Amino acid sequence: MSSPTLLPEQFVLHRETLRGGQAWSRRLAREQVLRIVDVTGKACVSALFYNAREPLERYNMADTLKAQFTAFLTEGRALYSDMGRVLCSVIGDTCGWHDTISGCSNSEISRAKFGEGGYQQLRNDFHRNARDNFTVELGKHGLGKRDIVANVNFFVRVSADDAGNLAWHAGNSRPGAWVDLRFEMDTLVVLTNTLHPLDPASRYAPPPIDLVIRKGEPAGADDACRRSRPENERGFALTEAYVREMYQPSGTAPPGRTR
Amino acid sequence: MKSSLRESALAPKDAVFDAVVPSGRGFTHDLSPGQVLRIVDLEGNQAVDTLFYNARDLEERYSANDTIRSQGNIYLTTGTQLLSSEGRAMLSIVADTCGRHDTIGGACSAESNQVRYAVDKKYMHNCRDSFLLALSRYGRGMGKRDLASNINFFMNVPVTPAGGLSFEDGVSGPGRYVELRAEMDILVLISNCPQLNNPCNAYNPTPIRLLAWNAN
Repeated sequence: MSSPTLLPEQFVLHRETLRGGQAWSRRLAREQVLRIVDVTGKACVSALFYNAREPLERYNMADTLKAQFTAFLTEGRALYSDMGRVLCSVIGDTCGWHDTISGCSNSEISRAKFGEGGYQQLRNDFHRNARDNFTVELGKHGLGKRDIVANVNFFVRVSADDAGNLAWHAGNSRPGAWVDLRFEMDTLVVLTNTLHPLDPASRYAPPPIDLVIRKGEPAGADDACRRSRPENERGFALTEAYVREMYQPSGTAPPGRTR
Repeated sequence: MKSSLRESALAPKDAVFDAVVPSGRGFTHDLSPGQVLRIVDLEGNQAVDTLFYNARDLEERYSANDTIRSQGNIYLTTGTQLLSSEGRAMLSIVADTCGRHDTIGGACSAESNQVRYAVDKKYMHNCRDSFLLALSRYGRGMGKRDLASNINFFMNVPVTPAGGLSFEDGVSGPGRYVELRAEMDILVLISNCPQLNNPCNAYNPTPIRLLAWNAN
């Protein structure tokens, strides 16, 4: 099992540590791989994904789950957009269960659990919450509240029993656990490193996480995510057709066209 | 498990709104606080894809995640408070003769049908098309950005403790209904699902009846 420090350095494009409470957004190019590392084993990394070229296309919880008959994400599964295409796929995972159904914190939840936690008192340790963080990061890209959809929570496991009752699983992750996302199209990734609303922690102290972006390779014909289900075979094929059509380098326009 | 089935005392003759919506059609309707909306599954096993918005601030909308996490259960039934993206109560389910409604299965679309069934299914009618047309006709500038994860009334999407998910037939039946009381000014957006590729409509999409009563 590899660890983030063992990634071949020549392929690493960017490393960054996010403090507890911090938000992050960045455009990831097709074929790049984002590794999210749960340094302490206690992180909740909430995430949203948008087609970077047409942000009206975004991650869709239901389409992701329905296509793969699953309620959670792990290695071999794909994250679908609402346009029948794969934004990214999980090509490695040492955690095993990433939540898709239980949403994220907001200012009211944070205030009720941990108190006001304002900047005036706490300076940059103030209590940031996932929804406000999403709103801020999306605002940097011309997006806003209307664009916040059901999010992924990496390193979180919330399961349902036969009657539908939800349970929080303590210890789902462990120190150093990571997940690798390979991007199948250019994607705007928005992350917030904040506490999950069901985390029983009594003190507001979200732990740091590490992010590593590296060069990757396109999914081959035998790719495990592609081959995991016939639905994914079709999803990858539809995505690749879109990429072929939309990602032509400039200068390949038919001759005779001047604009 | 405590039964969540509850019948309503409201009589159709007292309703201020009463309409039948065929399958494959979209629908919008405004509710004021205290008004009660009943959705009737006339012939049984019909999925009713539904979204709710704060009619005074359309950016505030139904949130599936906040609703299920807040009540600690993934299914909706009598007693469920439907929460908004701002964490506020939008509507309460006050009666339910079905017992279980889905909120993680989402809506079908031309594009997801291609992934789920076959690339040549793109021509088939779907809920997102009905949503988009209904929102456009509603005329307040809403569109695809406003389509969040919806409720599927009368639809059965069991999630197993191991995280499996399936689409199954068989919780609803002819005449079963669910009733919701508006807790704020609400825009109701419905697509009466035309899906023919899975058992969510028992392979036979059918009409629904919608009734509304004023606050008593």
